[in-house]
Amino acid sequence: MKKTQFFPRSLVFGILLFASLLLAGGFTWKEEWFRQPANFPAPVYNSKANPVTDAGFKLGKKLFYDPILSADYTISCGSCHIQAAAFSHHGHDLSHGIHDLLGTRNAPGLQNLAWYSRYMWDGGITNLDLQPIAPITNPVEMGDTLSAVIRKLNADPQYPGLFEKAFGTNRISTDLVMKALSQFMICLVSADSKYDKVMRKEGVVFTADETAGYQVYRQNCASCHPEPLFTNQQFRSTGLPVLEEGDEGRYLVSLDSSERFTFRVPSLRNLKFTFPYMHDGRFYTIDEVLDHYATGISHTTRPDPSFILPDGSPGIRFSPDQRKTLKAFLLTLNDTAFVKNPLYDEAGSQLYIK
Amino acid sequence: MKSIITLSAALLLLASCNRKMTPGSDGKDASSTLTLSFENYAGDKTVSMNGENYTNASGETFSVTLLQYFISNISLKKTDGTIITLPQDSSYFLIKESLPASKQITLHVPKGNYTAVTFMLGIDSLRNTKPLSERTGILDPAGGAEGMYWGWNSGYIFFKMEGHSTAIPDNKAGTKKFRYHIGLFGGMNSPTVNNIKNITLDLKEKQVAKTGAGKNPVIRIHTNILQMFTGTENISIAKNPVVMVSPFSKHIADNYASMFSLAAVDNK
Repeated sequence: MKKTQFFPRSLVFGILLFASLLLAGGFTWKEEWFRQPANFPAPVYNSKANPVTDAGFKLGKKLFYDPILSADYTISCGSCHIQAAAFSHHGHDLSHGIHDLLGTRNAPGLQNLAWYSRYMWDGGITNLDLQPIAPITNPVEMGDTLSAVIRKLNADPQYPGLFEKAFGTNRISTDLVMKALSQFMICLVSADSKYDKVMRKEGVVFTADETAGYQVYRQNCASCHPEPLFTNQQFRSTGLPVLEEGDEGRYLVSLDSSERFTFRVPSLRNLKFTFPYMHDGRFYTIDEVLDHYATGISHTTRPDPSFILPDGSPGIRFSPDQRKTLKAFLLTLNDTAFVKNPLYDEAGSQLYIK
Repeated sequence: MKSIITLSAALLLLASCNRKMTPGSDGKDASSTLTLSFENYAGDKTVSMNGENYTNASGETFSVTLLQYFISNISLKKTDGTIITLPQDSSYFLIKESLPASKQITLHVPKGNYTAVTFMLGIDSLRNTKPLSERTGILDPAGGAEGMYWGWNSGYIFFKMEGHSTAIPDNKAGTKKFRYHIGLFGGMNSPTVNNIKNITLDLKEKQVAKTGAGKNPVIRIHTNILQMFTGTENISIAKNPVVMVSPFSKHIADNYASMFSLAAVDNK
């Protein structure tokens, strides 16, 4: 009786090929990874000073998902910025760092960062290359020191070679760590929602509800959440009542008392994935946010004038029909391709050892 | 005898640790040297970090456990009125009480007679906003500037002093600790507090510094930390044990702008 071969040779070959692709990061750099979508303005980030390369992107991705950046090797950037949640902290109002220490603000989603000129809820950082320093050194987030991180990376068996490949030197410096992380982060472009396809006339059209909702949005929301980023990156108070120890927001950075309790306007993109909402994640649904805008606005945190009705009372009130259509429109801003894009996938990010 | 040995040891250490500055980037003559020597005092006592007590203008007793500050953007005035500005890239220094060598800054300057020295306490706003590739060495947040940089509100800490004072009510840990971390360069997108201070010392008050072959004049500068607590406004450690990013920091900066004085010019 002839023995059957358990694994056909071609299958074995296929598995080996797949495994080697995984080890090589699985992808080869393509320029469109960092691109300017047709309906976007030019990026703000100066990628000429830090051009994205295949090796730089993969190194940045490995760093992004590597807990080596934290004091006790437990927390990576990706711990609180999860792709499936559009790089927010899936369902968490506040995030837990090393030793389960709790932060004070909601981890925002990461998307289209190359178009931003202000980072963090208070805009305390204005250069993406300086941003990772904040979570790395925050005692309740990654809780490490920068010098320790640089030391650990230099002592690592893999990283010096990866930096050599990406930047032509195996001497790991603050500058190069930040540049590698930026190369990965600026590639997190979310511009394939239904809304984007409608705007780019890619053969997709809004439904009647979505069209009506788009008008409601343009009349009531667009001044703070303008297209195509859906944020003007300004600092505004939405009149959230102060809880416990009040977070003074932008004031902590600007020391301008007129900015007390203001926070950077968040984007409306990918709301399906980035709940809960607001700077402290106090609302879990869009309806709760809209209820707050209708009846919950508190004068104590000096809401933005756009929330004050002509009669002086605070609020933005939508009829049931307006609310229904607005929500239909907001759903068109969800970019499923972005949260499933294998390019950003944590799996395999640590296997890149070439 | 013991004090002579200590003194010689200190001098030896200073001599061996003097830091050199690169010659003028503009190709000008930088053939001679001159040293700025920073000596930290609390009134008429030298600052020590061995628990010695000092008293501020509010009558509060305190000791110092950490004292460091950035000196940058140094320029010198010659007798003919010419201003010699040191190349900016190599004009950043962190004076650390814990590191004697850091308190001696040796500058390469054109040969001549100098009547004034000007420096900045802090880091200029432009450098605060430069790419990391232009912030290496003493300005690297992971290197020389570690502990002197705010990551959450990008910018350098200019002046840092910590210690203990019996005037402070116990904190949760039972320690009576004060922390003054003063920075703020004026804001990136919108104006905020600017605590950068420029200081000019008139060398003629003592004597002009004469540089030249075989000479290395030492400009001895006293930094009187008690001045931090008085001047424009008396600072009470009990009332303000922690001052970092706050409008109040301006009062401390306004005070410490006058903490530098010329002790001597040693033409050697």
